[in-house]
Amino acid sequence: MKVARVVGTVTATVHQASYDGQTLLLCAPVDASGKVVGEQFVAVDRAQAGVGDTVLINAEGGGARLVFGRKLTDALAIQDVIVGVVDAFDEG
Amino acid sequence: MYLGRVVGTCVATQRSPGLEGVRLLVVEPVDGSGRVTGAPFVAADTVSAGPGELVFLVGAREAALAMEVPFVPVDAAIVGLVDEVHLADGARGFLRGRDDVPGAP
Repeated sequence: MKVARVVGTVTATVHQASYDGQTLLLCAPVDASGKVVGEQFVAVDRAQAGVGDTVLINAEGGGARLVFGRKLTDALAIQDVIVGVVDAFDEG
Repeated sequence: MYLGRVVGTCVATQRSPGLEGVRLLVVEPVDGSGRVTGAPFVAADTVSAGPGELVFLVGAREAALAMEVPFVPVDAAIVGLVDEVHLADGARGFLRGRDDVPGAP
């Protein structure tokens, strides 16, 4: 799973059925010091995260299907899901 | 998932089975402020995106699942048209209807 910071919101009225009713947030992967370490990506919010929060991302479709209570064989076209809001994070 | 901007179309007459009728667009990856972050690539369109439009895409196996006929050889699919990106630092991101028309104020 990835740790990222929410850097913005994304509005997309026209979308695939998989995204109906979901909140899309723009995230940037960060390290323990909060430095951005990769390219921005879009994630579906399932943890009531907000802009500025450090979040935990499930970045793979199989886990995403489980988050949405779907079978692993279901056609859910979602990869990145915010599954937690990080309170503290350090690299030992 | 990630943001991209449609920059062109791709025509391919000879295709793998399952790809008949699939619209192929050339997309370049962008960040929330519209900066290009990588090389252009071809993605399958599922939402009738137009040239210049900001879109969001899904990759890997989920791209194939997004297609009308699932499990076809596709590894990037356009799954949404972005209306607006609102950035944390207060900077205005993308606003549909204004930034997708070249030369608009």
